Amino acid sequence: MRIAPFLVSAIITTGLVFALNKPWGDKVPMPLGKFLSPQFGIWQNAEQADNDFSADLKLQGLNGKVEVFLDDRLVPHIFADDDGDAAFVQGYLHAKFRLWQMEFQTFAAAGRVSEIIGDEALAYDRTKRRLGMIYAAENMLKEIEANPNTKKAVDSYTAGVNSYINSLKESQLPIEYKLLNYKPEPWTNLKSALFVKQMTETLAGAVDDLPLTNARSFFSDDELKILFPQVPDSLEPIIPKGTVFPKPTVVPVKPAGADSIYLGKKDTAQLVDLYQPDPNNGSNNWAVAGSKTKSGAPILCNDPHLELSLPSIWYEMQVTTSTMNAYGVSFPGIPGIVIGFNDSVAFGFTNSQRDVRDYYEIKFKDDSRQQYWFNSAWKDATMRPEIIKVRGKPDIIDSVAYTVFGPVMYDKTFPADTISFKEKNLAVRWSAHDPSNELLMWYYLDRAKNYDDYHNAIKYFSCPSQNMAFASKRGDIAIWQQGHMPALWDRQGVYVMPGFDSSYMWQDYIPMEENPHVVNPERGFVSSANQRPADSTYPYFIPGKYDLYRGYTINKRLGELQKITPQDMMNLHNENYNAFAQMMRPILLKYTDENKLSADEKKMVDMVRNWNLKNDYDEKAATVYQTWFDSLEVVVWSDELTKAKGLYPSERTLVEALLRDSAFKYIDDINTPEKETLNDAVTAALKKATPELMDEDKNDKLTWGKHKNTTIYHLLRTSAMPFARPSLHVGGGQHIVNAVQHSHGPSWRMIVQLTDKIEAYGVYPGGQSGNPGSKYYDSFVDKWAAGKYYTIWFMHAGDKLDKKVKWKMIFDKL
Amino acid sequence: MKFFNSVLLTALLSFIAGVYISYWWFFAVVAFLVAVLIHQRGFKAFFAGFLGLFILWFILAFWMDNANDGVLSVKIASLLPLGGSKWMLLIITAIIGGLVAGFAALSGSYLRSSSSKK
Repeated sequence: MRIAPFLVSAIITTGLVFALNKPWGDKVPMPLGKFLSPQFGIWQNAEQADNDFSADLKLQGLNGKVEVFLDDRLVPHIFADDDGDAAFVQGYLHAKFRLWQMEFQTFAAAGRVSEIIGDEALAYDRTKRRLGMIYAAENMLKEIEANPNTKKAVDSYTAGVNSYINSLKESQLPIEYKLLNYKPEPWTNLKSALFVKQMTETLAGAVDDLPLTNARSFFSDDELKILFPQVPDSLEPIIPKGTVFPKPTVVPVKPAGADSIYLGKKDTAQLVDLYQPDPNNGSNNWAVAGSKTKSGAPILCNDPHLELSLPSIWYEMQVTTSTMNAYGVSFPGIPGIVIGFNDSVAFGFTNSQRDVRDYYEIKFKDDSRQQYWFNSAWKDATMRPEIIKVRGKPDIIDSVAYTVFGPVMYDKTFPADTISFKEKNLAVRWSAHDPSNELLMWYYLDRAKNYDDYHNAIKYFSCPSQNMAFASKRGDIAIWQQGHMPALWDRQGVYVMPGFDSSYMWQDYIPMEENPHVVNPERGFVSSANQRPADSTYPYFIPGKYDLYRGYTINKRLGELQKITPQDMMNLHNENYNAFAQMMRPILLKYTDENKLSADEKKMVDMVRNWNLKNDYDEKAATVYQTWFDSLEVVVWSDELTKAKGLYPSERTLVEALLRDSAFKYIDDINTPEKETLNDAVTAALKKATPELMDEDKNDKLTWGKHKNTTIYHLLRTSAMPFARPSLHVGGGQHIVNAVQHSHGPSWRMIVQLTDKIEAYGVYPGGQSGNPGSKYYDSFVDKWAAGKYYTIWFMHAGDKLDKKVKWKMIFDKL
Repeated sequence: MKFFNSVLLTALLSFIAGVYISYWWFFAVVAFLVAVLIHQRGFKAFFAGFLGLFILWFILAFWMDNANDGVLSVKIASLLPLGGSKWMLLIITAIIGGLVAGFAALSGSYLRSSSSKK
């Protein structure tokens, strides 16, 4: 009579297996049995410390043999005859070392995160769909596939990624799949386009149109011109001042009546963008001519500032084929070398910050959103159904209306609940929707031999427009702000525009030859740091989210330096000098009523007074200064801006306004009968900031480094803190050349001296492996944090037996 | 001897099953079958199954962790609420394998006893 006990224990067994095969909620979101099984789960991701990466692979899809030499940092040097084979192997290696990240990022780009984590990502996904991210990627893909070179590259790349995915056993899946309990799907060419569009949104997606429109309910356009000025006083533009620009060949026409219908309208957009890219996304790049270097050869430097993440956005590699030999960093997700150099030239990028995204107000005939009023008639909208899969729930279909401007991003159906919304339909016009083939630029750039090749290559780049620094062995240096940028009439697109006729549409693009550029300038260097590219003499209206102070510091330093060495450039990358504080500190010190201060407050003033203006890790004064300034911003702006529901003017605008006029109108607190002076404001700001600062000091958190607490998060952010690198010992910050903020900053530092034998240095805050169970996951982080560099090994075909080769992967056709 | 054999056989066959069969829980079937084949009374069968997998999973995990220099285990032991203790992670891993195999073996033992009494 053992049937009852048998049944009981059998039920317990299956129940246990069942329970261990399912997620357990927030603390244990993964199926614990599968997750901990040594033969299937995470222990399989514990890469051997002395892992042998050598391999001999015969794969379908290759045309010939490809050799990959891995050095001791796990940087692959690919040697292939055929360009397609090189792209195939690049895809294979990206997938081998970064599969989860590249798939996750393209899911994020396409608004498919709900598929992985459930409906908490629904608002995010709908935002992506309604911005037209997939639509943009589809438009791009058509162009990519219309060009034989880029078609071959993405086809081969996709085949390489899929070759790796298909070789994977479940036990070998990257750890994040095990954590979130899902599996990779096949890679497609569209995903490469989606990756580019994700970067495009990061770099060319930021807009202030909605908050500025809201602010117009309180301020006039003239007032907003002062609060959000186009040309800062202390601008050190990319194109040296005094450069004469040719007369514009395109003259956009301001619509009749725009002053009253558009600029003079007391309007409000009634909503804010749900997701906006980090305004700090920026970068530094510069190139110095041989006349200024010790070696006599040009040096090119670049450090792109992005959200720092593990796995890193970058993957370092060299690709050598019969048509190219380029070294640098690549994006897991697309073929090619993105920032780097080849035998003849070097290239690097910063973001242009130009505004290429505008909103138009649309009037629909009825709730069906099928027709909208345009040029005095009802015009049909194209409905694009977006099917959003939601994990554990039924699909959601979000229908988006497309107009002549682009998708209607906000309408009656979105955003729901979260934000008050008043029957206003906003279509988005975004240059990222226009057909373009950015991959073609890299195709030519990786193979460029000289300035002309570079100039030809960059014309294929539309969006996100970039400042493209260049240097060649022949001795040329150049920088172009390149992209497809609308020619706007004055104030066009600053606010939400009327969408009822064609007169407010973008009329034309600025011809490439009229984009700001400078080639071999007399001063012997070119540079950019996200500042406005040119002073007010540039003949087009070019709004944007520009930076100011990094460019100021870089240009000043490059102007002073002579006989420049790569070491000088490393020092400049890691420069913690704060030009913003240099300009602002005199105002704070001059207008503080020191006789009204307590001992603690006085101590704070003294710290700022005696500060060396460097945001080094151990500087307490840097924290005091910044907190004091932040507090001053609140004192000055909060009264008006709370009423205006707008955004605060930038830090530089406040500094420059106060430098110009110590009786600046907005100093007065409009909520009090008294008239506050700058003395009142500065002193009040200090008094407000001091308790917080004293508290930080008491808890040993006042030093700048501890205050900002630089942390490189895993892409899953706070839900995967053990995969992050918290509390790094790094100085720097916003407005500083060494732009390391809390979790944002130089994502790759590169210095290339174009001597006969190229001398190059590089480092990024991550590691070549995306596997948190690999010692190569974060192996570069400490070097990066210390401001040091690896000497880049630019391998040549004759080096195949060199001792620097640690592992060798041989790929051949099956 | 019976006990020792079933522990060893459970561990060995479970390992082989893990290499060739792509269900992480297939060792439960193995432990069950071993308990049917090498019949022992309830508690002993449970304990043999438990020990077989406890030892197998502990050794495998320990060996992989060791080759990994403990890079991953500490992170996972922080991700799961285990206070960053890799020993806790190793033991929990082994206990999970052991429990499933133990109950599977117990079922096997009861099946055999029920059928033999017919």
